[in-house]
Amino acid sequence: MRARASYEGVVVCAPVTVPYRRFSDRSAHWWAGRAMRGLVDAAGLAPTDFDGFCFASFTSVPDSAVGMIQHLGLTPRWLDHLPTGGASGIMALRRAARAVQCGDAEIVACVAADTNHLDSFRQGLAGFSRFSRDAVYPYGFGGPNATFALITDAYMRRHGVTRADFGRLCVAQRSNAASNPLALQRRPLTLEAYLAARPIADPVHLYDCVMPCAGAEAFLVTTPEVAARRGLPVARLLSTIERHNAFPTDPVQGRGGWAMDVDALWESAGIGPGDVDTVQVYDDYPVIVAMQLADLGFCAPGEIAAFLRSTRFEIDGDLPLNTNGGQLSAGQAGAAGGFQNVTEGLRQVLGCPLGAQVPEARRALLSGFGLVNYDRGVCTGAAVIERLA
Amino acid sequence: MRRQQPPRPVRDPLTRPVERQVPPAPRSRAMHAMSARAAQGRFVLQRCTECEAVTYPPRDICPVCWGELAWADQPRGATILAATMIRVTTDLYFHAHLPWRIGTVALDAGPVAIVHLHRDLAVGDRATMRLMLDKGGNAALFALPEQEGNPMADPQWREFVVPVQDRAVLVTDGDTALGKAVVRALVAAGAHSVLVGTSTPGVPMPAEGDPEQVRQVPLDLTDSQSVTHCIAQLGGPIDIVVNTARFVRPGGVSAGGRLLHQQRALDVGVLGLLRLAEAVAPVLAGRPAGAFVDLLSIHALVGDARFAGFSAAEAARHSLLQSFRHEMRATGVRVLSVFFGAIDDEDHQSVPFPHIAPDRLAQGVIEALASGREQQAVGDVARDLMARWLADPATTNRENNL
Amino acid sequence: MTDPADALAALVDGLAAGAIRVVDLTNTLSPDFPVIVLPAEFGQCAPFRMEPVSRYDGDGPAWYWNNISMNEHTGTHFDAPAHWITGRDLPEGTVDRVAPRDFVHPAVVIDISAESAADEDFVVTRALLEAWEARHGRIPPRHWVLLRTDWYKRVGTPEYLNLKADGAHSPGPDGDAMRFLVHARDCVGLGVETVGTDAGQASRFDEPLPAHTILHGNGRYGLQCLTNLDKLPVFGAVILASPLKIQGGSGSPLRVVALVAGRAG
Repeated sequence: MRARASYEGVVVCAPVTVPYRRFSDRSAHWWAGRAMRGLVDAAGLAPTDFDGFCFASFTSVPDSAVGMIQHLGLTPRWLDHLPTGGASGIMALRRAARAVQCGDAEIVACVAADTNHLDSFRQGLAGFSRFSRDAVYPYGFGGPNATFALITDAYMRRHGVTRADFGRLCVAQRSNAASNPLALQRRPLTLEAYLAARPIADPVHLYDCVMPCAGAEAFLVTTPEVAARRGLPVARLLSTIERHNAFPTDPVQGRGGWAMDVDALWESAGIGPGDVDTVQVYDDYPVIVAMQLADLGFCAPGEIAAFLRSTRFEIDGDLPLNTNGGQLSAGQAGAAGGFQNVTEGLRQVLGCPLGAQVPEARRALLSGFGLVNYDRGVCTGAAVIERLA
Repeated sequence: MRRQQPPRPVRDPLTRPVERQVPPAPRSRAMHAMSARAAQGRFVLQRCTECEAVTYPPRDICPVCWGELAWADQPRGATILAATMIRVTTDLYFHAHLPWRIGTVALDAGPVAIVHLHRDLAVGDRATMRLMLDKGGNAALFALPEQEGNPMADPQWREFVVPVQDRAVLVTDGDTALGKAVVRALVAAGAHSVLVGTSTPGVPMPAEGDPEQVRQVPLDLTDSQSVTHCIAQLGGPIDIVVNTARFVRPGGVSAGGRLLHQQRALDVGVLGLLRLAEAVAPVLAGRPAGAFVDLLSIHALVGDARFAGFSAAEAARHSLLQSFRHEMRATGVRVLSVFFGAIDDEDHQSVPFPHIAPDRLAQGVIEALASGREQQAVGDVARDLMARWLADPATTNRENNL
Repeated sequence: MTDPADALAALVDGLAAGAIRVVDLTNTLSPDFPVIVLPAEFGQCAPFRMEPVSRYDGDGPAWYWNNISMNEHTGTHFDAPAHWITGRDLPEGTVDRVAPRDFVHPAVVIDISAESAADEDFVVTRALLEAWEARHGRIPPRHWVLLRTDWYKRVGTPEYLNLKADGAHSPGPDGDAMRFLVHARDCVGLGVETVGTDAGQASRFDEPLPAHTILHGNGRYGLQCLTNLDKLPVFGAVILASPLKIQGGSGSPLRVVALVAGRAG
């Protein structure tokens, strides 16, 4: 296989988070517009400066990225639409980086925006995917909770992980959220409260589930020259991977596409898991957090239970994880939930976090996971970024 | 210490009746094809006609070699890989039935599937799969313990079938040989009460020797007033209606003078079905497991030159049932068609054997209810004709009318 | 003879004053009113059926009406000569051709209710009729002969049709009695409370179904399923019986009334 080209000549900057709302009567278009305004304000750009636009949303229907650019008045020479939910942030980063590197675009806005009306969640579920409609929802209509309950059940049996192990992750993320003024859930969570929470779909309990909300996330991918002209702090991309529908014959999902490409990720980055200062992973359910840590090489295969028990994931811990509180505490704003990992990781390495700063953070691992089309998440991706200069 | 029985609650006249919901209904075309086969009691999955890979959920092309897929019967065994008890849902139907147990199973046929899980099954257990129809009429995989006890004890299973035990049933034309057999079978299956409609005027009702749960009521399907009057006089809920009414006379174009027979066959079989269904649909709609069972000739599918007019009436009846099924499904009422060939009675004196005994046919009705099956062919003749018709309708039509 | 105009005026005055009463001899047409049941090899008589077209509803906001269907011989009905093979060639054999003059005729009522109660297969013979005449006087010509059996009181029970394994059981005349009434007494027709002018078992008589055969072969009529014959005098009642004008029809359901002199007892 041909060696991966480096991401030389590309920088990432201007992380934007439009403060989340539990429910919103605004549309995805409004939330996307607020994110664009955030980018303009953060980077000192004019609306006409953007020549690339990459968009992810579940609730902009019937509009795709095409409808969105006309709605927002953009005239890009490069356009991408990502229907990959939790993997869309990593994928936007990869695609925009190559477009900029090759000169197809110079200033790419990567935006994820979703609203959350009172009934959005149920309606979103009902039309989610063909396999879900045919072969998942008719079985109790438990939504993602039920699907991940099955994955969690099998994972706990296989790896000897307990609810308390997942509880430590959730408690750590909640404690990280305490310093993030934009997190929807900041009240401290104790392990006792976690364990005593009501069951949703056994073994998934209340604090294993994210809170759906409205919100938007955005960042900019551009050249070092453009960033320098505007005096923007930037990070560079060390390495990325992406994989879809990995291990289709695994009877129950116990690993993701990261496991197929983890060696390439670290090899291209030129560093190892021990060299990153913070980890921002997709956290729709704690089992997926555990899966990413194992698949991305943070612990030896089969030792995830011990790893969860021996590691502190708080901002001041040995592996600061989901430092804004993650979706489990900050909220899951649809596809924007798949951008949080990028924006928060970027903030930490650029030294401008929403909440507490990971001391001397220079490098971050970002990881995404998206789209439960049937019985498992299909899309995975990861990236390593590093503060430039 | 023995716990004391709680006092019987006093009925509150302002209590809201329970509204019946059905599970989410939209499905892909491929899934509808699976449901159509489930309705016949088959356990099928798609298999590639080229590489023979078996696939699930239903697809439109083989995911291994992109060859064509065809439905094929599959082994029913499975192993439970994971399980969960759903306690929260945004769907109204499942909300009314929480908690709901599902699991991930490895089918012996190959694919992995999310299935409804019987409450006695645990991870690691072997299971027997059944392809059922849910309340919305769509195919659903249900895992039962390998050693089948009585699955009726599982409330989740009861959502997929029509329990007879302790239910109230109305049987039309219950004074014929067939009707009497159906009544006997329902009583034997534990029906709480069986109302027996009789339409013959002037004939004393054969009430002697009836078990106590059986009551005779006048009911003539050719008379709208009789039907509405009968339903109005029920004086209690009805869970299941079994329509055995039919008017069988031989004759085709060369027999001559049979228009009146044809008219009556239509009046009893088609208009009678309409009158009955219209009257009972609202009554059944409020019940937790309402069902409308219609007994009709297998010649509803394939005309029979010896009984041309009768077959035409039964074909019309079949058509009505297809429409009613869709309409009544929306209220959670199952419409079951039980097909049969020549019955051992005076109507089929000239038809060569084998005939089906009324009691065997009645047993078929009980089986259809116990499996919630929308289409059931009972007896060798009906099963043979149904199989041939499903395989090749055009040829079956020709050879059956030579 | 009185002036015809005076006669009509007297009739109207009598009706208005209640000196002449109108007695309804008709059973109510309803879906459950029984019809004759023939042996299985023959076609069967359709009962009365009624389907609403509208009842002040969407199909007719301000009006109510029904479609009805039945056999020509359903409920209280009139048999025209063409009903029977013996009358098939008569020029006025069908209901549309019955002379209007025949819609109004006097009646004589022969009470065999006691005999019928004792024997549901009671047969009216010529001898019985002659004995009756010896008691009540001669049966006048051009009269309806009405057989009072009180059978109408059985309406609503299985004993009305009175079907047994060997068929229906109800009273009726034999051939000699019919020939006597038609040829010797020139009756207009025979009216009965049972479902047929012939006895229930008349198809088994040596001379089968004599009432139909002889009445209709000679252009006489039948009235069946009458009621209230016990409210009529032996002589003097006038029957109004006008069948529907059905083209080529063999009979017709109809309203039959009797005009009876004297106030209600």
